[in-house]
Amino acid sequence: MLPPKILEVLGISSSDELFDEIPEAARVKGLDLPCGLAESELTAEIDAILSKNKTMDDMPTFLGGGIYRHFIPALVNEVLSRSEFYTAYTPYQPEASQGMLQALFEYQSFMSELTGMDAVNSSMYDWSTALGEAALMCSRIRHGSRFLIARSVSPERKAVLKTYLRGIDAKVQEVSYDRGSGRLDINDLRSKLGEDVFGVYLENPNYFGVLEEEVDEISSSIGETPFVVGADPLSLAIVRPPSDYGADIVIGEGHHLGTGPNFGGPLLGVFGCRKEHIRKMPGRIIGSTVDAAGRMAFCMTLQTREQHIRRDKATSNICTNEALMAVAANAYLATLGRDKLITIANLNVEKAEELSQRISKIAGFYSPIFKGSHFNEFAIGCPKLVDSVGRALIGHGVHGGIPLKQDFPELGEAMLLAVSELHTEEDLKALVQGLEAIR
Amino acid sequence: MTYRQASYDEPLLFDMDSVEACAEGLLPSAKIPDKIRRKSLDIPNLPEREVMKHFVRLSQMNFSVDSGFYPLGSCTMKYNPKINEQIARDCRATCLHPMQDESTVQGALQIMYELEEMLCIIGGVDAVTLQPAAGAHGEFTGLQMVRAYHEDRGEHRKEVIVPDTAHGTNPASAAMVGFDVIELPSKNGRIDCDALRSIVGGNTAALMLTNPNTLGMFEKDVLEVAKIVHDAGALLYYDGANFNAILGRTNPGKMDFDIVHFNLHKTFSTPHGGGGPGAGPVGVRKELEPYLPVPRIMKEDGRYRLSYDHPKSIGKVRAYFGNFGVLLRAYAYIRSNGGDGLCEVSTRAVANSNYLRKRLESVLELPFGGKRMHEFVLSGDKLKEKGIRTLDMAKRMLDYGVHAPTIYFPLIVGEAIMIEPTETESVQTLDGFVSIMESIINEPAETVRTAPHNTSVRRIDEVRAARDLIFNYRSLLDQRQREKGMKDSAGR
Repeated sequence: MLPPKILEVLGISSSDELFDEIPEAARVKGLDLPCGLAESELTAEIDAILSKNKTMDDMPTFLGGGIYRHFIPALVNEVLSRSEFYTAYTPYQPEASQGMLQALFEYQSFMSELTGMDAVNSSMYDWSTALGEAALMCSRIRHGSRFLIARSVSPERKAVLKTYLRGIDAKVQEVSYDRGSGRLDINDLRSKLGEDVFGVYLENPNYFGVLEEEVDEISSSIGETPFVVGADPLSLAIVRPPSDYGADIVIGEGHHLGTGPNFGGPLLGVFGCRKEHIRKMPGRIIGSTVDAAGRMAFCMTLQTREQHIRRDKATSNICTNEALMAVAANAYLATLGRDKLITIANLNVEKAEELSQRISKIAGFYSPIFKGSHFNEFAIGCPKLVDSVGRALIGHGVHGGIPLKQDFPELGEAMLLAVSELHTEEDLKALVQGLEAIR
Repeated sequence: MTYRQASYDEPLLFDMDSVEACAEGLLPSAKIPDKIRRKSLDIPNLPEREVMKHFVRLSQMNFSVDSGFYPLGSCTMKYNPKINEQIARDCRATCLHPMQDESTVQGALQIMYELEEMLCIIGGVDAVTLQPAAGAHGEFTGLQMVRAYHEDRGEHRKEVIVPDTAHGTNPASAAMVGFDVIELPSKNGRIDCDALRSIVGGNTAALMLTNPNTLGMFEKDVLEVAKIVHDAGALLYYDGANFNAILGRTNPGKMDFDIVHFNLHKTFSTPHGGGGPGAGPVGVRKELEPYLPVPRIMKEDGRYRLSYDHPKSIGKVRAYFGNFGVLLRAYAYIRSNGGDGLCEVSTRAVANSNYLRKRLESVLELPFGGKRMHEFVLSGDKLKEKGIRTLDMAKRMLDYGVHAPTIYFPLIVGEAIMIEPTETESVQTLDGFVSIMESIINEPAETVRTAPHNTSVRRIDEVRAARDLIFNYRSLLDQRQREKGMKDSAGR
């Protein structure tokens, strides 16, 4: 029932009159959905459904591939619970939204420091769409028909890239990796470069967790062609920033800086570029300025690149992004600070190596498949069908890694295992014992 | 006036005192090869106490739905029930890896499967994908399907028609998918069927339409529009940004649309997150189902599974399945309301909008007259007589503790002010807003032109931001040093 005052002011007796411009033939009478639930009923019902899930807490889990579970300081959840942040929208009125704007400017600052890029936008949907947008941006920097990517890129991201490139009718071509080290095959890269290549993309660490060490050689081979690097921002606490080796655009996934895996969303697409390309960049950018009284202030800037001004000439259609996730990453990085961030990144490297060594001692297993240096992830070879290994592990109360067979058949029965600082000795032991039982 | 937003001279995190580095843990692991080991990392070490104070202060300098009235047109800034937040923060939802074995995520798949089913009913469509991360991303997805549909028929239709009142994302999405954009001029605020007939043809891939449109007017000729478009072999796309207006009264399927996106963060009350995350599921009619992104969620013998075997699919538009955290909130919202509750949502949203429109018609001009749906657009042209502009009025509203409406959009209305009150606001709040607008009009022009006065900062120099291009602390430091250098040399 509508309040009498509304009916009176509008001079109507029934709410139906408000909808009488809808043609008769297009009307529906209500919605055939279940009845509404009281809060307590809703909680009980959803509780019952969520109980059917087994979480990463319920079973030691070694899945990665771009989505990781890391330690989240309690402070981050407190910040994310501030409804002043989460119930606001895009700061179109900067004077009333300085909190969000400053938080996003700080996020951009942290990411600029980690990636070495001159400008980092205030977020993309995720790493995969950041890759799609990066490729489109390359096509605005340089004409061409081929986009080169390392074969050692996440299959999930490759699939999204393909969709994004359809709009400019460009082709994706893969550059192989060295079967011994797992690193990019530079000779193959050199043979595939050419006038019609408008961009090159590789990930560091790559999908196999292997660090690309010959980045300076790669960079000089690429020359003037736009160079896109994908990186886990956490790894950048201890690995050279891509700006150091000539990247024009740096992208990555940042959800694990302060939020959980969320079953794959929301995530946080990191996107940064060099100064000379800023006007070709997609997404919202926060800039610093002053107010009428000369005080430090922030606002969205370079909006003439964006869809609400430029329409079909915009650099992207993106509007709603993942701002709150960027705030989480800001709070995470601020809470940890330099020392703890480096410590955590180091722990990931060391735990991965330790686990890899322990698995190498299990008869039948081969670990790691690649001899290059790893960050937090590594591939192993299994003595049995990788899917059956995965199932057997679940039977042991452990969730193994990502099976690589379908996307990288050349590796045989291979599995990609990810470790983090959260894995305890018991977790590692459970995995090792689970694998031993398979033998 | 009593409103005053918190205002702190809150330093940037990087300007705070960093605690001296401790000896351990400072260097990258020796396991990182020298060739790629990082040499330095310039990030402060801050005490937790300072960090928390910082973020609480920033939050207090941020206007939000929970702080006050937020009639930002086209964005549907309704109140977000807190139970949805509590549910979405449950570890059984947040601590799931998207690559987990299907047997371990049956609950999550059930939520998504049932949400798809409910969106089918709400949208009058046959199948839904939850993958797109936002409304614009839904448009991108839908238009990829338009392209795939025509190509599958051996046709290479190149044009997408969008009305001149359309959201900017429509033409931008069409361009991203490789279409040429044809703008359709409106007539008296609505689609002109004759104009449409004259531009539609064998090269038309689709028409994108928002209904009600961005003026808040219902496109009464929608069925005729659909016929014109379909007769030309093209598809009709529904931009679901304004879905709040039609819940349970009509639906895109009934209006003969082929593809529709939903903005869960608008209609289904998942919070906007200060700019995101959102979610933009896309629904289609049967003929278009083969083109939906993979994976699809299937239910067989009471078990849920992910299916990738769809050869005509457009592929993936983002990693994994969508913004699950947002989907879960929308699921909770729809289940709380039920069918009847959702009908009340649209009824009250449209009633609130018309109530406010009626009361404000005497304050500012309402172009094209008549009734409106969930939102309406006033023209601020007559403010010019008082020496102020729409922008000034919007800034002055902030001083009264309300967020400004959307301004200067749609482009066909001069000095546009686009107001969407949503269903969650009381008559008292709406009356208060009317009084605020009335007072502002009667205030001295100078007060309004120099607004805002009560926000955490005064009017911001946006031109300077676009000129200086300072996007991070490093550039800000450089600028400070340059300015200090100039001052020093001037002082000598």
